[in-house]
Amino acid sequence: MSTRRTFSRPARLAAIAPYVWMALFFLVPFGFIVKISLSQTVIAQPPYTPVFSITDGWAAIRDAFAALSADNFRLLRSDDIYLLSYLRSIVVAATSTAILLAIGYPIAYGMARLPRRWQAIAMLLVIVPFWTSFLIRIYAWINILQHDGLLNQILLALHLVSQPVVWLSTDSAMYLGIVYSYLPFMILPLYATLARMEPALEEAAADLGASPREIFWLLTFPLSLPGVGAGVLLCFIPIVGEFVIPDLLAGSQSLMIGQTLWLEFFTNKDWPVASSIAVVLLVVLLLPLLLYDRLQRRQLEAGR
Amino acid sequence: MPVLRIEGLVKTFGSFRAVDGVSLDIHAGEFFALLGPSGCGKTTLLRMLAGFETPDEGRILLAGNDIAPMLPHERPVNMMFQNYALFPHLSAYDNIAFGLRRAGMARGEIASRVAEMVALVRLDGLEKRKPDQLSGGQKQRVALARALARRPQVLLLDEPMAALDKKLRESTQTELMELQRRLGMTFIIVTHDQDEAMTVANRIGVMDAGRLEQVATPRRLYEEPASRWIAEFVGDVNLFEGEVTGREPHRLTIATGDAGKIVAAAPLMPLSESAVVVAIRPEKVRLARRGPATDALSAHAINRMEGVVIEANYLGGTTIYKLKLDSGAIVRAAAANTARLDVDAYGVGQRVVAWFTPDDCVVLDR
Repeated sequence: MSTRRTFSRPARLAAIAPYVWMALFFLVPFGFIVKISLSQTVIAQPPYTPVFSITDGWAAIRDAFAALSADNFRLLRSDDIYLLSYLRSIVVAATSTAILLAIGYPIAYGMARLPRRWQAIAMLLVIVPFWTSFLIRIYAWINILQHDGLLNQILLALHLVSQPVVWLSTDSAMYLGIVYSYLPFMILPLYATLARMEPALEEAAADLGASPREIFWLLTFPLSLPGVGAGVLLCFIPIVGEFVIPDLLAGSQSLMIGQTLWLEFFTNKDWPVASSIAVVLLVVLLLPLLLYDRLQRRQLEAGR
Repeated sequence: MPVLRIEGLVKTFGSFRAVDGVSLDIHAGEFFALLGPSGCGKTTLLRMLAGFETPDEGRILLAGNDIAPMLPHERPVNMMFQNYALFPHLSAYDNIAFGLRRAGMARGEIASRVAEMVALVRLDGLEKRKPDQLSGGQKQRVALARALARRPQVLLLDEPMAALDKKLRESTQTELMELQRRLGMTFIIVTHDQDEAMTVANRIGVMDAGRLEQVATPRRLYEEPASRWIAEFVGDVNLFEGEVTGREPHRLTIATGDAGKIVAAAPLMPLSESAVVVAIRPEKVRLARRGPATDALSAHAINRMEGVVIEANYLGGTTIYKLKLDSGAIVRAAAANTARLDVDAYGVGQRVVAWFTPDDCVVLDR
């Protein structure tokens, strides 16, 4: 009979720490949001009803539960603006992520092949923008892209255009801002996977007659898929909920879901509808996560 | 006509000369070992043969054609990598078929060639497994099958057994030798393990500091080392420094500080100086309670010295004795334990005579 080695008490505590963290800072607040999403808006403080109060006894709590309803979710279905916002968010996130992958992969690949000490410098260059506030960097882009901004000045000086081009408040400007802001999140996981790859594998492939192109498509790319998955998720999910970049750089014709949420929360002061938007957004975002998890699991099982 | 001719190969990394002018002929069907301590340039030499390093100088002629300018995927040689470098996302079958597919072989032909390789290295039933589902020995055989599948003119093996445990290593060495003999292929193995090199190879090239120090059969390498460095690197050896004081036909008399006068067989190659070193392998040093009388055997001019046993290490097949001579020098003697009940075994503290014949000595430049 084999005895299973039990972990020491500190080790066990360390193991549950992330769950405690998740419960305290994610599940509990999310529970609040779900509750608010099932409430009704009122002009009061707080601006929704019912309000749970433990001090009023059991009967009050039971009444409060009875007052909860899914009306807000029905509202989300009744007005196209919400569906369009969700769709636009997903389209923008998917397009941006595709552009990010197309730009980030070659950069990460190049970095992983630099001599060791140059890799550290390249890594620093990728991270350096983080030292300036994100908001300031976006405002800098506004400066560059505006009517008499740097970009138009250069284009005019080079006689590439005869009059200033409208950049600001366009989708192009928004994509530029998103790609610029999220590029490190795509590069870093890709770089981590590519740098870890054993160089002997590519040598073995070359030794067995694979051309550089075949080495990349048959070996390097398939082996870097975990990094691709991580980079795509790391970019796609926050871009879906992105609020600042579309608000500052894109036009106001169509909104992303983050902007719609902001409007409901701050302009309309409708906390319950804003909360229901957030709940639906989370469910929408869980989908790709679950899919990714499933794929990884299948890969693991196939390997067994 | 050698299958592989290496001419004046030089490779430098910055100011470090990793391979410093190596010339070597390797014959068809030969099992050749490159032996040397780590950093001696043996792996760099092998990597130049495979095409992963470009030589700064020299030529690599494979069946008469210079392959030095060719890229790795264009060379008709294959390599088995130290840690196997199996493709982790491909099954054993796909790993073995990888090189065949790159060569554009027909599907049916690939299947039959892979089946042949699988049978050759005895991997039947494991074709569908991924590398991380295989044991170390199985991975090693997949790597071997993969490298052999394209039927290379020369197979390069980079420390192919370094990752195996001792028992498995020994049986794998035997299998590798049989395989090489059966296929009649030319194998070049790089190893730092001299037992392995001696076991598998027909000829061994010993490298040190980027140079090929000696190329010889295992026996000659051990019994006729070309230099003091080789004598010390290959196997165990007792060394006595001295001056040549007398020269007769086939005999040299050498006055040593540690072991007195030693009469040794004259080396075939003339010595450059009279300052020499006498090398005697421990198993050639015989022990006796009272050595054979020098007078009675004067024709053989047996060298004898007396000392005290200070250490006796019983290793099963042999016992290694360490003697302290009256001069203070330490001499090692290896005695085969030919009898199970050995009443003649020597104990620590016992005074013994160590003796050896002139033919057991190798005289080398100091």
